[in-house]
Amino acid sequence: MLRLPPIDYRSPQRLEEVIATLASENVRLVAGGTDLWPNMKRRHQLADTVVSLMSVPGLRGIEHGKDGVKIGALTSLADIVRDDKMRALWPAFTRAVASISSPPLRSMATIGGNLCVDTRCTYYNQTEEWRRSIDYCLKEKGTICWVATKSPRCWAHSASDSAPILCALDAQVKLIGPDGERVIPVSALFRDDGIDYLCKKSDEILTELLIPAGSDQDHCRSAFWKLRRRGSIDFAVLSVAAAVWTDTKNTVTRATVYLGAVGSSPVSIDVESLLVGQPLNEDLIKQVAQRAQKAATPMDNTDFAAAWRGKMANNYTHAALNEIAGLPVRCAPPKHGLTVV
Amino acid sequence: MPKSDSKPAVKASKDNPELRLIGTPFRRVDGRTKVTGQLQFADDLSFPRMVYVKLVRSTVPHANIKNIDCSEARKMPGVVDIMLGEELPVPYGILPVSRDEHALAINKVRFVGDPVAAVAALTEDQAHEAALAVKVKYEVLPTIDSIQTALKTPEPRIHEYGDEGNLHKKVSLEFGAVDEGFEQADVVLEDTVFFQGNTHLPIEQHAAVAVAEDEDRVTLYSSTQTPHYVHRALARVLQIPASRIRVIACSVGGGFGGKTDPFNHEIIVTKLALKLGRPVKATLTREEVFYCHRGRHPVLMNLRTGFRKDGSMTAQHLRTALDGGGYGSYGVASTFYTGALQTTTYTLPAYRFEAVRAFTNKPPCGPKRGHGTPQPRFAYEIHLDKAAEKLRIDPAELRLRNLLPANSVTANWLEVGSTGLRQCIEAVVAGSGWKERYGKLPEGRGLGLACGAYMCGAGLPIYWNHMPQSGVQLKLDRSGGVAIFCGQAEVGQGSDSVLAAIVAEILGISLADVRLCVADTDLTPVDLGSYSSRVTLMMGQAAMQAAERARELIAKAVGAQLEIPENYLVFADNRVFYSGDPDKGLSFSEAVIAAEARFGTLGTTGSYTPPRAPGRYRGAGVGPSPTYSFTAAILEVEVDPQTGLYNVDHVWLAHDIGRAINPVLVLGQIEGSVYMGLGEAIMEEQEFRRLPKRLSPSLVHKMPSLLEYKSPGFHDMPEITSYLVETDDERGPFGAKEVGQGPLLPIMPALANAVYDAVGVRVDQVPIRPDLVLKGLQAKAKGKEARVGPANFPEIDFGDPVLVHTPEQGGDGRAVDDPKAKRRTGVGSSTGTMKERDQALKEKDSAALTTN
Ligand SMILES: Cc1cc2nc3c(=O)[nH]c(=O)nc-3n(C[C@H](O)[C@H](O)[C@H](O)COP(=O)(O)OP(=O)(O)OC[C@H]3O[C@@H](n4cnc5c(N)ncnc54)[C@H](O)[C@@H]3O)c2cc1C
Ligand code: SF4
Repeated sequence: MLRLPPIDYRSPQRLEEVIATLASENVRLVAGGTDLWPNMKRRHQLADTVVSLMSVPGLRGIEHGKDGVKIGALTSLADIVRDDKMRALWPAFTRAVASISSPPLRSMATIGGNLCVDTRCTYYNQTEEWRRSIDYCLKEKGTICWVATKSPRCWAHSASDSAPILCALDAQVKLIGPDGERVIPVSALFRDDGIDYLCKKSDEILTELLIPAGSDQDHCRSAFWKLRRRGSIDFAVLSVAAAVWTDTKNTVTRATVYLGAVGSSPVSIDVESLLVGQPLNEDLIKQVAQRAQKAATPMDNTDFAAAWRGKMANNYTHAALNEIAGLPVRCAPPKHGLTVV
Repeated sequence: MPKSDSKPAVKASKDNPELRLIGTPFRRVDGRTKVTGQLQFADDLSFPRMVYVKLVRSTVPHANIKNIDCSEARKMPGVVDIMLGEELPVPYGILPVSRDEHALAINKVRFVGDPVAAVAALTEDQAHEAALAVKVKYEVLPTIDSIQTALKTPEPRIHEYGDEGNLHKKVSLEFGAVDEGFEQADVVLEDTVFFQGNTHLPIEQHAAVAVAEDEDRVTLYSSTQTPHYVHRALARVLQIPASRIRVIACSVGGGFGGKTDPFNHEIIVTKLALKLGRPVKATLTREEVFYCHRGRHPVLMNLRTGFRKDGSMTAQHLRTALDGGGYGSYGVASTFYTGALQTTTYTLPAYRFEAVRAFTNKPPCGPKRGHGTPQPRFAYEIHLDKAAEKLRIDPAELRLRNLLPANSVTANWLEVGSTGLRQCIEAVVAGSGWKERYGKLPEGRGLGLACGAYMCGAGLPIYWNHMPQSGVQLKLDRSGGVAIFCGQAEVGQGSDSVLAAIVAEILGISLADVRLCVADTDLTPVDLGSYSSRVTLMMGQAAMQAAERARELIAKAVGAQLEIPENYLVFADNRVFYSGDPDKGLSFSEAVIAAEARFGTLGTTGSYTPPRAPGRYRGAGVGPSPTYSFTAAILEVEVDPQTGLYNVDHVWLAHDIGRAINPVLVLGQIEGSVYMGLGEAIMEEQEFRRLPKRLSPSLVHKMPSLLEYKSPGFHDMPEITSYLVETDDERGPFGAKEVGQGPLLPIMPALANAVYDAVGVRVDQVPIRPDLVLKGLQAKAKGKEARVGPANFPEIDFGDPVLVHTPEQGGDGRAVDDPKAKRRTGVGSSTGTMKERDQALKEKDSAALTTN
């Protein structure tokens, strides 16, 4: 088995204590650990001390209110999938969460951890020995990006399945740090950089997520499509999250489309300029899909051929919007894809 | 005295319709311990004072070792010893012709993952940390990353032996008048095809524990399919008598050919146990299992076949090029296997086969389920699909017209006995509605058919000898229990259950009264191991012989005691009784007591040696088998023309099993084969990353993890409808043939053929990735050839062919001395029929029998 390096592990019961611990050198925060522990075993994320959030009370649970739904950062993905009201109001979100990894991992994994999950790359998510044999890369210890050798930046891709759909639904997160708390849109949490991928200080803790009423089924239709090899376990190699708000005459009043796994952050597609003021139709959808294909920057650092994934951004965006518009969905992904919920 | 109306008892045999156990879905003998977790796999073992070993592996693909600095690692907490290659100077390898491995590299490394040092420490964590602290300096050599590079780069050589440069093995064989055959053809078809390498992916990672005992003796517990070969390798490398080494194969959590070589970690823990005088354990990480590999060779192929208008074949020429990786392993055999079984399904009057295996700086390839045959079978079966279209013959009909008749000797001198391929094809054709649906389904939906054949055990052992390939020993005593001793290794396929059932059937006792002792080189007679689909047939025959001998002894004693002629005794329901009056008899334990009283301590043995095959040319040793299994499969697929993504909806598969010893075990093997075949067909790739050459020599496994090496999960599985075709082969125990490997063979070509039926795109390579299907569709839309696959086969000098006249031509199985005699043709057959040969063998066999 891969072994964890020796670490000092702490699990305080007060949030202040967790924040205080994060102030020292070489400390990492852990929640469910389904991302951090494997990364530490492969030694591409290292720490002297790991401080856990799991003993802090009050960070777990789902609360439906008239403003929307509040989800504690430590709420497990399994609890989210089980929440019937969530499924009724935000089916695309439930779908996205249900598609994450596998049932045992979903019982342990948290939604806060999912939003903060490390970016991925097949040159990076490897053991210490493997990375020695390529002499490392920019993201960890090295001096070169093997995916784009002339590039000054890291192109590791955003791996979170909840991020694109939460961005699309205008969700917000609450961050608490030594300087107090702030609430920001989920879309502002991410930065297009494979290494420094979060716009949050390392001692800031994500405590809560809010999905506003107004992005729910009564006001808005949303869809989530995920491309991967297998019906379980696999990360997305492309995901498409879309939300469309319409008025009583079926005219679009607001629309969002985000792509996952084809950029270092969820990739926002400019759709408002195309759709607002129009009823959703096949022709417009085609144009949005073309924009999506243009905006995607799939790299050869995950499963499947990169160029084909780029092309799929078109097909999958098309399919997601057709689903929202109630038009026939021609694209037929492997059946395992989205039947979990 | 028997009553006048009574008949002699019918013994348990395949002719006996009253078999009680054989043919029924009895419960696996190891089922309960497996599902309850009671069973101990190698990694479950732990001993007092045990130390843990972690291997330091090469981080460069090809290099001379300049220096290994262990000074820092030695000082780390818990480190007990660090061993380097010099301590194990004797090379080894599974094949006597390729003993090219050292347990720890000496002077040179040949791929990323090649072990260079072994760190032993008190805990696994300490061993792991210390291994990271060992510093190795390398002098880097050019990286040989592919077949093409190996062909172009004879120097530096990865190994100092081999047929030339970096070509490990070259094969060139010609059977019959091939050129004439092509001249007689109405249509000659040519295909260039690539089959990507893939790995076994057993869920159990390799583990080994060695325990040193007194008097310089040592026991190794290991997850191995071949304890006997590991035993031999240990004696050789450690240079101590085999009698002082005991190898116990623990139950294996999946092997598929990945645990059939002797491995460096097995040798290292045994050496260290002797050196340190304490138990030593190594459990590989998943990544290390990818470096052990010995999986499917990537093979580039070119296949040319001549057809007459009626679909019959006139000649075939097959060329294969194998990417062998860094060591020999089974590679020489694998190379021959990429051509040997090509003749077993359809009649081929003339056949030329040329092959080459290259050394490359990657983990060594070897035998994976189907060993060397899935690749050419893929080429052959898609080739036939194209021929059928060209000749306007239904693909099923084309195959039926060409079926090799039963009891044939093929052009390359393989004796094919019984064959149920016709019934197999008919079963899947009927089951899938082929006649009504093939070629007529809506765009995007298609059916594909393919067949295959496989050996039931290799005719020859891996090292040359005249001893049996399987031995079984029985011990019976007054308790009424029967202990069975056999060297075979249970790897999940159910061989323990087959062994127990055969003995229980013949002695008429229940499975609960049978105790197994298996895969222990100290206690059990040699069986060569779980590879080449040999166990049910070979061990089964040995077990039948041992049990029949025991029955004979008991019958003698009981007959004398009850005054009943022996052949009127029935062995059933844990009793031995008179066929005319079932009340007259003894319980089985009373019967054993009678025999023990009469003959003394009871024990019998049985052994099995395969019949000698008629081929006598160099290379004839690969391919012969006592008999062959046959399979036909049809796949239904739905392809999305927008994306190239597809679903396999249904698989119909019929397998000629000879006779199912246990139909549930057979179905398990069929479904497992379909699963593994679909993995290879759809997604699995043992793929490597070559970093930009100007920046780095690196060549690394692209994704050595269970998450990123894509293999289907159970919910990716389609519906499977299986048909068991029973042909009652006279060479199998109770008529049984193999099922472990054969059913995998048709899956990959059937998928390619189904994709073609669905969207008209030929994908001449596996895996059939969606991007390739889409590429074909785009080409088709532009009016170009709707084919995806390798453009051409490289120019290779395979050397002068060894010419062999076929049985048709009146050959004698030997190579023709004078190559000019090549064109001589003749009629008549100098080879006797299989029946005659078997008879002669039986006579020899019975002359050698000694009952104790
Ligand atoms: C086999 C496998 C398959 C997977 N498949 C998927 C998949 O399909 N889709 C997907 O999205 N993910 C997948 N994952 C990744 C991971 O399991 C999930 O993203 C999970 O939700 C992470 O949550 P966690 O609580 O376990 O995070 P942790 O591992 O505890 O933390 C992840 C990161 O977030 C930080 N963090 C955690 N909580 C907080 C917080 N409250 N505030 C600030 N920072 C925080 C940690 O410091 C750490 O850097 C997979 C993982 C594995 C091992
Ligand atoms: S994208 Fe480049 S820098 Fe980033 S992890 Fe991959 S190889 Fe390293």
